[in-house]
Amino acid sequence: MDAQIKPEASAPGTQAKQRISGRAVLLSLGVLLANIVINGLIFLFFRDSTLNPLLTAVLAVLWGVLGVYLIYYTLTWAVEQYPDRIRRKVLPYVFVGPAVIILGWLLILPALRTLYLSFFNASSEKFVGLSNYAAIFSDHLMATALRNNLLWVFVGTLACVCFGLLIAILADRSSYERIAKSIIFMPMAISFVAAGVIWKFVYYYQPGDEQIGLLNAIVTYFGGEPQAWTSMLQPWNNFFLIIILIWMQTGFAMVIFSAAIKGVPDDILEAARVDGAGEVKIFFGIMIPFISSTILTVTTTIIVFTLKIFDVVMVMTGGQYDTEVVATQFYRQFFMYRNFGYGSTLAIVLLIAVLPVILINLRQFRKQGGF
Amino acid sequence: MVGKKKRKSSKTVVNLILGVICFIWILPTFGLFASSFRPAADILHTGWWKVFPHQEWKAGETLQLSKDVDLRQPIEVNGKTYSDDQLKAGVKADDSRLIWENRRARTVNMQEQGWKTTPDLTLDNYKNVLSGKEYKLKEADGSETVQKGSGLSQAFWNTLTIAVPATVIPVLIASFAAYAFAWLRFPGRKTLFVIIIAMLVIPIQVALIPVLKDYTSLGLNGSYLGIWLAHTAFGLPLVTYFMYNFISQLPKDLFESAFIDGASHFTIFSRLILPLSVPALASIGIFQFLWVWNDYLVSLIFIGNQPSVQVMSMKIADLVGSRGNDWHLLTSAAFISMLMPLAIFFLLQKYFVRGLMGGSVKG
Repeated sequence: MDAQIKPEASAPGTQAKQRISGRAVLLSLGVLLANIVINGLIFLFFRDSTLNPLLTAVLAVLWGVLGVYLIYYTLTWAVEQYPDRIRRKVLPYVFVGPAVIILGWLLILPALRTLYLSFFNASSEKFVGLSNYAAIFSDHLMATALRNNLLWVFVGTLACVCFGLLIAILADRSSYERIAKSIIFMPMAISFVAAGVIWKFVYYYQPGDEQIGLLNAIVTYFGGEPQAWTSMLQPWNNFFLIIILIWMQTGFAMVIFSAAIKGVPDDILEAARVDGAGEVKIFFGIMIPFISSTILTVTTTIIVFTLKIFDVVMVMTGGQYDTEVVATQFYRQFFMYRNFGYGSTLAIVLLIAVLPVILINLRQFRKQGGF
Repeated sequence: MVGKKKRKSSKTVVNLILGVICFIWILPTFGLFASSFRPAADILHTGWWKVFPHQEWKAGETLQLSKDVDLRQPIEVNGKTYSDDQLKAGVKADDSRLIWENRRARTVNMQEQGWKTTPDLTLDNYKNVLSGKEYKLKEADGSETVQKGSGLSQAFWNTLTIAVPATVIPVLIASFAAYAFAWLRFPGRKTLFVIIIAMLVIPIQVALIPVLKDYTSLGLNGSYLGIWLAHTAFGLPLVTYFMYNFISQLPKDLFESAFIDGASHFTIFSRLILPLSVPALASIGIFQFLWVWNDYLVSLIFIGNQPSVQVMSMKIADLVGSRGNDWHLLTSAAFISMLMPLAIFFLLQKYFVRGLMGGSVKG
C-alpha cells in the first residue's frame, strides 16, 4: 500500500507553473452547479413520480448507472481544466465525495444524533441525562428483551458454530460433499420472513387429532400431546425461534470452516495417523488449533448478526409471549409508543454491544498493513 | 487390510449421518413447496406429507337406511349399532369404514381402504396470491367463500424496482471511492477509511430515527428514492471495503503503463479498473441485491403501509399477521419471494458464496 503511483513525476516543471485560468474556474463552477440543479430535479422527479413502477425502475437504473457515472465524469472533467498541482489535490475528493456525503448524511450524523436523543425524554424535548439507560435495565419488558437477546447470542452462536464445524468435517469425508453443502447453505439465500413462514408451518398447532404442522404430527404419531410451540411453552418458545436462526446460519459457518479445514496440511494429518492418533484426537489436537482464528472470525460474525435479530421474532410472534428482543423492542418503542428516548437508547445499547467487534476490526485492519 | 475396511465402513457411517442432517435441513422447505401446490382445503386438513402415496379411505357402496331412523337412538347398520356421533366421525366396521354420506337423507357410505398414488395438485394458490382480484374458495364441507387475492405481483415488481437501483447505485459510488482509497493519496484518506471500517458492523438501528425525521421533512417517506438512498447508505461501508480489498490488490504496473500513455484517473477507472473488477462487482452486487431483496426492517420503516410501494417481505409479514391460517396463500407467497434468491443461489453459486462470505458482517 505504501507505494503509490506518482505519474506527474515523469513530467516535472512544465505544467507546475501553469496559472489557474478564469475560464477553468467558471467552467468548474458551472459544471458543479449544473450537476446540483439537474440531480436536484431528478431527485424531485423520483420523489413525486407517479409513473408505473416498472418504468420508474428502468429510469432509476438508468439514472443510477448513467447519471451517477455522469456526475463523476463531468466533475473530473471540470477538475482537469485546472493545472496539475490543483488537479492532484482535488480529484481524490471528487472520487470519494459522493460516498462520504451519503454516509455522513444517512449513517454517521444520524448515529451521533441518536446518541444525543438517547439523553432526552420520549418526545425529545427534555434533557433527562442517563435515566433512559437506567430505565431500560430496570423495566420488566426491557429486561426480558435483554435476557432473550443474550439467549439468542449464546445459544444461537454456539449451535451455529458447532453444527457448522461438524457438518464441514462430515462433508469433507463424505462422498457427496458438494450437494450436501448446497443443501445446508441454501437457507442463507432466503429472507427471514420466508424462513419464518416455513417454520411457522413446521410449528403449526391446531386443536384436535389431525395435525398439519410437521413437529406436532411427529409428536402425536409417537403418542404425545400436540403443543403450541412458539407461544405457550414459555420460556422454551425462544429456543424454537432460535432453531430458525441455526437453520439459516449454520450454512455460513460450514462454508467458511470447510475452506479452513481444507487448508490443514495433509502431511501433518498423515503423520499424526501414523503415530496412531485417533480421529477425535486429530480433531481436537490438530484441526481445532489450526483453524482457531477462523473459528473466532465466524463466532464474532454470527454474534454481531444475532445481536440485531429482528425479522424472525417479528414474523413468528411479533414479540409476544415473552419473546421480545432488543431490536423488536426498539421498533415498538420507536414506532408504536413514539418514545424516541427509549428507542434511541436501545439503538445505542446495540451499538455498545458491537463496539468490541468494531475495535477488533480496526486492529485487524492495522495489523494487515492497513495504511 | 483391516484399516482399509475400517475406513470404508466409517465412510458409510459419515454418509449416513450427513444424509440424515441434509434430510432434516431440506424437509421444512420441501414441506412449504409441496403445500403451495395443494388445494386450500387439503392444506388445512391433512399434512403435506399426504402428497406421497398413502393409504386412505375411499368412497364405496352407499347404504340407504330407512327414512324414519331416530338419530338420538343407536342406529343399526348392517346388523350392528352405532351412535350418531360415531357415524359423523366415521367408524370402523370389519374392513370398511362407515360414515354419513348424507345425514338428512339417511345414507351411509361404506368406505374402503385403498392406495392414493396421485396427489391433487393445483396452481390456484399461486394465481390467487399473485392477483388482486376476488376468487372463490372451496371449503372442505363443499361450501364456497369469496376471498380477495393478495396482489403479490404488484409487490414483486415493487421489490424489483427497489432492489435493482439500490444495488447499482451503491456499487458504483463505492467503486469510485475504493479506487481513490487504494491508489490516490490525499489528506484525510486514512481517517475516512477508518471511519468506513468502523461502520462495517454498525447496527442500522442507530440511524433509523434521525433519518426518518429527515425523510419526513423532505417528503421522502414511502418514495422509491428514499429507500434507494437508505439502502445505498447502509450498504456503502461494506461495498467500499470489499471493493477496496479487490482494487488495492491489482498489480501496480498496470496503472503505471496507463499513466505513461497519458490516461487520466477517470479513464483508468472506467476503462481498466471496472472491467478488471467484474468478478468482485458480481459478488458484492449479488450480496447487496439479495440483502435488499430479503430486507424487512428498512422497508418497514421507510415505506410503511403504502400498498403501491410495498415490498414482498412486508406483504408476507402482513399476511402472517392478518391471515395467519390461510396457508394456501402463505405457502405460495413465501415461495414466490424465494424464487429470486434460489435462482441466484443455484445459477451464480460461485459469486454468491464469495459475496456472502465477504459481506456477512453487514449491519
